[in-house]
Amino acid sequence: MNTSDTIIAPATGSGDAGIAIIRISGADSLSALFRFFTPTGRQTELQSHRLYHGLLRNDSDFVVDEVMAVYMAAPHTYTREDVVEIQCHGGQQVIKSILKLYQSFGIRLAQPGEFTYRAFMNGRLDLSQAEAVSQLIHAKTDSSRKLAIKQMGGGLSRVIYNFSSQLKHILVLTEAWLDFPEEDLPDEDIADFIAVLTDLKSKILTITETYSCGRVLTEGASILLVGQPNAGKSSLMNALLGEDRAIVTDVPGTTRDFLEEGLSIDGVPVSLVDTAGLRTSSDIVEIEGIRRTEEKISLADLVLLVVDSSRTPDQLDFSALESCSGRPIFVVYTKIDKAIELDFNTFGAFPVYRVSSKTAEGLDSLRHGISSFLKKDYTTTDETVLLTESRHFEALQRCLEPIGRALFCCQNNADLELIAFDIREALYFLGQISGETTTEDILDDIFSGFCIGK
Amino acid sequence: MSNYGKNYQVIVVGAGHAGCEAALASARMGCTTLLLTIGLDTVAQMSCNPSIGGLAKGHLVHEVDALGGEMGLNIDATGIQFRRLNTRKGPAVRAARAQADRMAYSARMKNVIENEALLDLKQGLVEEVLVEQNRIVGVKTREGLEFLGQTVVLTTGTFMRGLIHVGLNHYAGGRAGEPSAEGISASLASYGLRVGRLKTGTPARLSARSIDFSKLERQAGDKVVKPFSFMTGSIDRKQVDCYIAETNERTHEIIRNNLDKSPLYAGIIEGIGPRYCPSIEDKIVRFPDKNSHQSFIEPECLKGSEMYPSGLSTSLPPEVQLAYFRSMVGFESVEIMRPGYAIEYDFIEPMQLKATLETRVIDGLFHAGQINGTSGYEEAAGQGILAGINAARQCQEQPPVVIGRDQGYLGVMIDDLITQPTTDPYRMFTSRSEYRLLLREDNADQRLTELGRKIGLVSDERWRCYVEKQKQVEAAMSFLQDTKVTSSDSLTVEKLNLGDLKSGVSLEQLLRRPEINIQDVTSVCSGLRDYSPQALEQVEIAIKYEGYIKRQREQVKRDREQEDVKLPETLDYDAIPSISTEVREKLKKIKPTSLGQAGRIQGVTPAAIAVIQIYLRKKSS
Ligand SMILES: Cc1cc2nc3c(=O)[nH]c(=O)nc-3n(C[C@H](O)[C@H](O)[C@H](O)COP(=O)(O)OP(=O)(O)OC[C@H]3O[C@@H](n4cnc5c(N)ncnc54)[C@H](O)[C@@H]3O)c2cc1C
Ligand SMILES: Nc1nc2c(ncn2[C@@H]2O[C@H](COP(=O)(O)OP(=O)(O)OP(=O)(O)O)[C@@H](O)[C@H]2O)c(=O)[nH]1
Ligand SMILES: [Mg+2]
Repeated sequence: MNTSDTIIAPATGSGDAGIAIIRISGADSLSALFRFFTPTGRQTELQSHRLYHGLLRNDSDFVVDEVMAVYMAAPHTYTREDVVEIQCHGGQQVIKSILKLYQSFGIRLAQPGEFTYRAFMNGRLDLSQAEAVSQLIHAKTDSSRKLAIKQMGGGLSRVIYNFSSQLKHILVLTEAWLDFPEEDLPDEDIADFIAVLTDLKSKILTITETYSCGRVLTEGASILLVGQPNAGKSSLMNALLGEDRAIVTDVPGTTRDFLEEGLSIDGVPVSLVDTAGLRTSSDIVEIEGIRRTEEKISLADLVLLVVDSSRTPDQLDFSALESCSGRPIFVVYTKIDKAIELDFNTFGAFPVYRVSSKTAEGLDSLRHGISSFLKKDYTTTDETVLLTESRHFEALQRCLEPIGRALFCCQNNADLELIAFDIREALYFLGQISGETTTEDILDDIFSGFCIGK
Repeated sequence: MSNYGKNYQVIVVGAGHAGCEAALASARMGCTTLLLTIGLDTVAQMSCNPSIGGLAKGHLVHEVDALGGEMGLNIDATGIQFRRLNTRKGPAVRAARAQADRMAYSARMKNVIENEALLDLKQGLVEEVLVEQNRIVGVKTREGLEFLGQTVVLTTGTFMRGLIHVGLNHYAGGRAGEPSAEGISASLASYGLRVGRLKTGTPARLSARSIDFSKLERQAGDKVVKPFSFMTGSIDRKQVDCYIAETNERTHEIIRNNLDKSPLYAGIIEGIGPRYCPSIEDKIVRFPDKNSHQSFIEPECLKGSEMYPSGLSTSLPPEVQLAYFRSMVGFESVEIMRPGYAIEYDFIEPMQLKATLETRVIDGLFHAGQINGTSGYEEAAGQGILAGINAARQCQEQPPVVIGRDQGYLGVMIDDLITQPTTDPYRMFTSRSEYRLLLREDNADQRLTELGRKIGLVSDERWRCYVEKQKQVEAAMSFLQDTKVTSSDSLTVEKLNLGDLKSGVSLEQLLRRPEINIQDVTSVCSGLRDYSPQALEQVEIAIKYEGYIKRQREQVKRDREQEDVKLPETLDYDAIPSISTEVREKLKKIKPTSLGQAGRIQGVTPAAIAVIQIYLRKKSS
């Protein structure tokens, strides 16, 4: 990515809000601002970090918008470059024309996350902060925004820091024993190490287990509507979305391919997928649709098995259930407004919901069930750190291996040197999340902690 | 002004531990070499503790030896007590250590130098470097004599503007009883080299006959000695004992009551001392809870009475030194022969050096040893041999020799020196090496002897032995892999406690068991006795630590990716966008040779490395 030119992009989301902010970053920011902006006070120079009222005009001198503008001189800015922010009126049309204006001046439209990328490149953020910020930008819903903010504030960094300082403590002692065998040092007692490593191992395991949750929260969970033709899947999709997105008819086999739509359920981003009803068909389009449905099932975070409650379940319902085996399943009886006498536990020990897409009955309870399933156990503890980045997940997973080996070495009286080796490796992986532990750090601790010197 | 008339290829200034190795290396590589030093009676003098080796230092000696250096042979010939440290903590942290007979050590080294054909040893105190158009052309002594040379290696130790402190008194000196070299650092500074100031200290030397050794714990040497040098056979000379003494509360009280007489606490000393080698007054101030400190009492030579009390270096006045010694058990009527002292001296910031130890400022000028802010004989010798090699290579118009961090402690040390700012005297520790498992004393030959041979430092004899050992290692490995033990070998089964043996296993597989070592296997298998212990040791380590060694090699490979991205010396850091001015200035100053090295420079952020990487990729595409 080129980082030498000047870039522009809306800094606020694309929703129609009253006010929008457009950000420009790079060496030409200030000259770009002045090219189209006239401050009400007619100033020819703007002070850094001060807000100025004025008008934006295009080359034909037409007023594009009445705005507030601020110029922030490098390096005390988000990107550490010269930055200009323009607060304009929030309509899409206004934003578009302002962007166009600046593009005509040679300012490039920023790629997604490019401001953050620059901030990172300029040393403004550490890697884990940068990742959190980029998630913040992409965060679609409230709860993922909260998560991103927590991580940026150092939630994850703090936990990782705690892990690495415990490992570092072990390494300091071990290295002291190795490098200074003739000095007065604490006894070579590794019983403590075993306790610390055991504890660390289980803590890291716990955190890595939050990964799927964390990922769901930022990337969104995929929820599949599966069921036999005419069960009411598309209607349920529309009801949950609150708009007529999917085509609904009383002809079985209406939906022949996926229809995917994002929405937020109680703050959890979800991507809802309507599928082709499962049955044996001779229509090649439908057959392909069915095949793709089955493929998609294996990737779903949750499957809603949609069952028509106005009729007795039959073989097709059971085979639909079968194709979902292995995935988390909710059994959702639709058309509850015209339900017949039924045994609602026919399909086994899955959570059961009864809804009507027509009257909206039971929809709230379904929504609630979905969101609490996706948020599972972390919602209660605000302290828990959720892993959302695959890089973090991998680093932690990889560090489990050397920790396990070090533990094994400690328990089996292996060479001290090998324990040091494994601890170093574990620290290396943790360092990929929040900065490495250098030899200098270790030596500093040795010399300040122990009286060494012959 | 007069000119000596003879033109040398390499001139080495200072016959300390760095200078001796530098001069011997360049002469052995075929360059006419001059070794100039202040006093011919102090060649390879041990300024401080009379010992060689120890953790990481022993490793350095092995590496110097593997390249064809002298230090290992010299200590093997003059050591009076040998001990191997850390025998049970893993193969890479075992280290050799020996007490030297200080006089014999110095005398033998001088003798070796005197007998080196292309090497002239002369007395002379250098006051000035001679430079023409940024290129060194020679040196000038205090007497005004000029020696001309194509390259110069400076190894001035603690002598540049050396200032000795004893109590609140101080005077110029390079080492107790020797003059300082006053002019040379100013001469270097005039060409733009940055000069810094450091400090170190040494304890008093005590008279043996005034110490009651019966009250001290005795510490003997190892029964079987493992020599430092690859070329030394066995050492079975009689060894001397050391003793262990202890300070006590009274000692500490005396010191505490006299802190105002310490130049350090009185604020007279500006140089920074080594963290790992604090004076006794420092230890007592910094660790007030410790009510006793240990000291090894080491003999300085066989035919002499001076004893060296380790860990008790000081700059307190002599009368205070005497009082605190006499408070210690066994030292009630001790006599001090030479008082302890502290010394401040100039060093030249090593970040101004290339990885060849040539200065960036003056072509053909190399620095090695304490002048680079290091401390220790072994560190000095290691730099010395490399500076000597590279000075010679330059004269011979051959590409320079740089040792990688994965190749030796020598590489780790030099890379550290040129990328990390010196905050206190640099000493080698095994923990400084990220590839410790690969950099062992036992495989120094495998790491460096081929290189030494290639550049003409390794003698035919050493090469022959090396090749022979390699052959043995290979043969022993095949032997272990091919020889099987079955449950019917009842003697083996019984001796090695193999009751659980079901099907046949190879000796190699047996050796993998933690409880079985190579001696056990040799005891039941006479065929192995044909191989040398050194070869068997290699095979044992390779088998027992295979998993770890493999992982370590993977780390080397992982880091190599950045190590292999070479940064041209001509790289224009001003043209790279988005790196902070601070980082840019550092990179411009140090001119790292690889991306990996750039990343090790203090203050260079991963973000900056990413930017450079992106910039290079963009430029090449
Ligand atoms: C008081 C004291 C305490 C020390 N304490 C410790 C310690 O606790 N631990 C430790 O590891 N190390 C210690 N050392 C350091 C150790 O002695 C050195 O690190 C090591 O000897 C350095 O080797 P070198 O070759 O660089 O320099 P040196 O061994 O100092 O040799 C320098 C040589 O250069 C000669 N020379 C200097 N200037 C000139 C000149 N201008 N012209 C001609 N010849 C010159 C000198 O005569 C000398 O022979 C101490 C040194 C001193 C003096
Ligand atoms: N009364 C009532 N009718 C419903 C309800 N949900 C769906 N229907 C009707 O059932 C019929 C089928 O609905 P769809 O939503 O198209 O069913 P589908 O499962 O998507 O069917 P295919 O796409 O063909 O697989 C339509 O006529 C809907 O109007 C409901 O909750 N109550
Ligand atoms: Mg449908």
